[in-house]
Amino acid sequence: MDFLTILQILDSTLRLATPLLLTCLAGLFSERAGIVDIGLEGKLLAAAFLSGAVAYTTGSIWLGLLAGVAASMLFSMLHGLASITFQGDQLISGVALNFLAAGLTVVIGQSWFRLGGRTPSLPTDARFGEWNLPFSDAMSKIPAFGPAYDELISGHTALTYIALLAVPISWWVLYRTRFGLRLRAVGENPSAVDTAGISVVRLRYIALIIAGALCGLAGTYLASLAAGFVKDMSAGRGYIALAALIFAKWRPWYALSATLLFGLLEAVGNRYQNIQFLDFVELFSLLGFAALAVVLAVQIIRVALSTISVRDLAKPFIACLSVGAVLVATTAIRAMDLPLFGFALPVQFMQALPYILTVVILAGFIGKAIPPRASGTPYVKER
Amino acid sequence: MQAMPKWADAILIPFISLLLAFILSGLMIMAIGKDPVVAVQTMVQGAFGSTNGLGYTLYYTTNFIFTGLAIAVAYQARLFNIGGEGQVMLGGVGVALVCLAIDWPHWAIALPAAMIGGAVFGAAWAFIPAYLQAKRGSHIVITTMMFNFIASAFVGYLLINFLKVPGSMSTESAGFPDGAHLPNFHDMLAPFGIEFSANSPANIAFLIALLAAVGFWVLIWKTRLGFEIRSFGASETAAKYAGINPVRITIIAMLISGALCGLMAINNVMGEAERLIDNAPEGAGFIGIAVALMGRNHPIGIVLAALLFGFLVQGGAELNLWESIPRELVMVIQGLVILFTGALDNMVRRPLEKLFLALRKAKEA
Repeated sequence: MDFLTILQILDSTLRLATPLLLTCLAGLFSERAGIVDIGLEGKLLAAAFLSGAVAYTTGSIWLGLLAGVAASMLFSMLHGLASITFQGDQLISGVALNFLAAGLTVVIGQSWFRLGGRTPSLPTDARFGEWNLPFSDAMSKIPAFGPAYDELISGHTALTYIALLAVPISWWVLYRTRFGLRLRAVGENPSAVDTAGISVVRLRYIALIIAGALCGLAGTYLASLAAGFVKDMSAGRGYIALAALIFAKWRPWYALSATLLFGLLEAVGNRYQNIQFLDFVELFSLLGFAALAVVLAVQIIRVALSTISVRDLAKPFIACLSVGAVLVATTAIRAMDLPLFGFALPVQFMQALPYILTVVILAGFIGKAIPPRASGTPYVKER
Repeated sequence: MQAMPKWADAILIPFISLLLAFILSGLMIMAIGKDPVVAVQTMVQGAFGSTNGLGYTLYYTTNFIFTGLAIAVAYQARLFNIGGEGQVMLGGVGVALVCLAIDWPHWAIALPAAMIGGAVFGAAWAFIPAYLQAKRGSHIVITTMMFNFIASAFVGYLLINFLKVPGSMSTESAGFPDGAHLPNFHDMLAPFGIEFSANSPANIAFLIALLAAVGFWVLIWKTRLGFEIRSFGASETAAKYAGINPVRITIIAMLISGALCGLMAINNVMGEAERLIDNAPEGAGFIGIAVALMGRNHPIGIVLAALLFGFLVQGGAELNLWESIPRELVMVIQGLVILFTGALDNMVRRPLEKLFLALRKAKEA
């Protein structure tokens, strides 16, 4: 695989990961506050529809964005009404929201545009434009770094950059502010928060509002990318984001890597119907090695700044080494031309892989994903 | 002492919830500029007005009885099986493999074999999430949901690479042999001199679904295993103290649930399509959740709720045809029913409880 191909795959990875990342962070906020959010899919769909419809009607994607966020927040509040105010089952409420969104978007869309539930396609100026970062043209002449800057880093829509920014912001809000501390506490032990005189209900509603806003961004991104709304266009992304959330163990930075990984799987699945097993392993170990090298570098800097101890380097170092070993082994096997490894992976395997990985993580065979302790249980002040 | 009499809990609350859902749906129809009365007439006419429509209604009802019972049996053990869709898909694979295996001489032999095939495949698909829940504490809602997507990819792979007829464009298996053709209502009622549409898909699987409902009742309320499942659902700790093995009950309840989902395939795969097609369940696994909720996890309630949803799905198709209201309206109604009967239960229950308490006080005074 040549450099340009890898760049193109990474570029579409970023495109595909953007809605996943925003949705995953939405789920992160609500689940950290103790509200399980199966309705992410429905919110995504509702936002995609209303943003597409309003963007077409007004000709402005920014008004569409507002509408999308409003639609998603409305669904979030319905979820809150059922699961916070009336202490109903959060899972059932989420399932209901997904049904409602799948139905309402088509019913309203049909009566609005009479196109069988679609919106008319959005003209270019009613979609998000691609941001070309400064000097991207001039720099594309520079070998290696130039094309990477031009293809990969520059040329995305505003929402991609917002999504990437949302990761450190979420981390900072959750781990460095009083509000974040309370939010995490309410997901672990709501009665303790209540005893401290802080309203559980209010905190959980705020978490759902944040989740609604983030899902709204993700839905608008989908509508803008596809130039309009089509029935069922979220296509299970809400569920993949939920899987990514578990994969990320309910942490913001991990959410970034999980959604990038799932976006990469989708990008590879889109590009190759059947990828050769060796190509697949080579691509993933190469990228994994690069990502782990970056992590290792960051950790080394942190050791130098003495925020963490040298011992904490062991894990990323071993991971980096073992992925590197896989990469070397793949190259060796390819050179030896062993017939045993000459099979192709079907595209369906790529589609199922995010879910398989999530089940493996959930099973606790590799690491263990432990959800916030109070998530899923409605808070009843007194029995 | 309970705040409400039993009948209010079992009948009044679902009825009010349903009423609320229907009122909102009616408003929805008015909002898109259609007449709700005409819509209801069209739906009733389409679902019950002819033997053809009735046949479709009962066909969908059969699907939902199976999935409703499946979700309910798991829910009796307080396990939320959201993976019905995947289990039905795998059940379809089991039924298809059995039906295509040999040239069946008669449906009466093919049917039991296909039932075993469907049930085993459905149960097998439920086994892994059940095992992970019981042994490793992985949340069953998430794992079964993941297994829906894995099932969809897996069945797609099987269809394209193994079951598809070579050279054919459509992703479906070969048609089942004639000996695996199940008698439909037309065949079954003809000896009694009753004329029933020959084109409608309702078939003998409907009777099997009713038998399954009876079996469900016997299992849950008349056997030791059923008692164990219910105790485990009522209180896991109490059940453990009583010597009930939580691992065993979790796995058995989920296996029965998966098997019931798998059995649905004798209706949609063997009875209707007579071949394995892509996405055969058409959402029946999810509708089963609504059916179990509406039916209060009781077989009589489930059969009635399944009939209601069968009517909605068939009536919705007719709405699409005659009133140009998209059939997705039915999804809105389903969503509202799930919302009101499931998640917003307390919204209806709390005022009613207050009302009954006030009434009782007034009586005592």
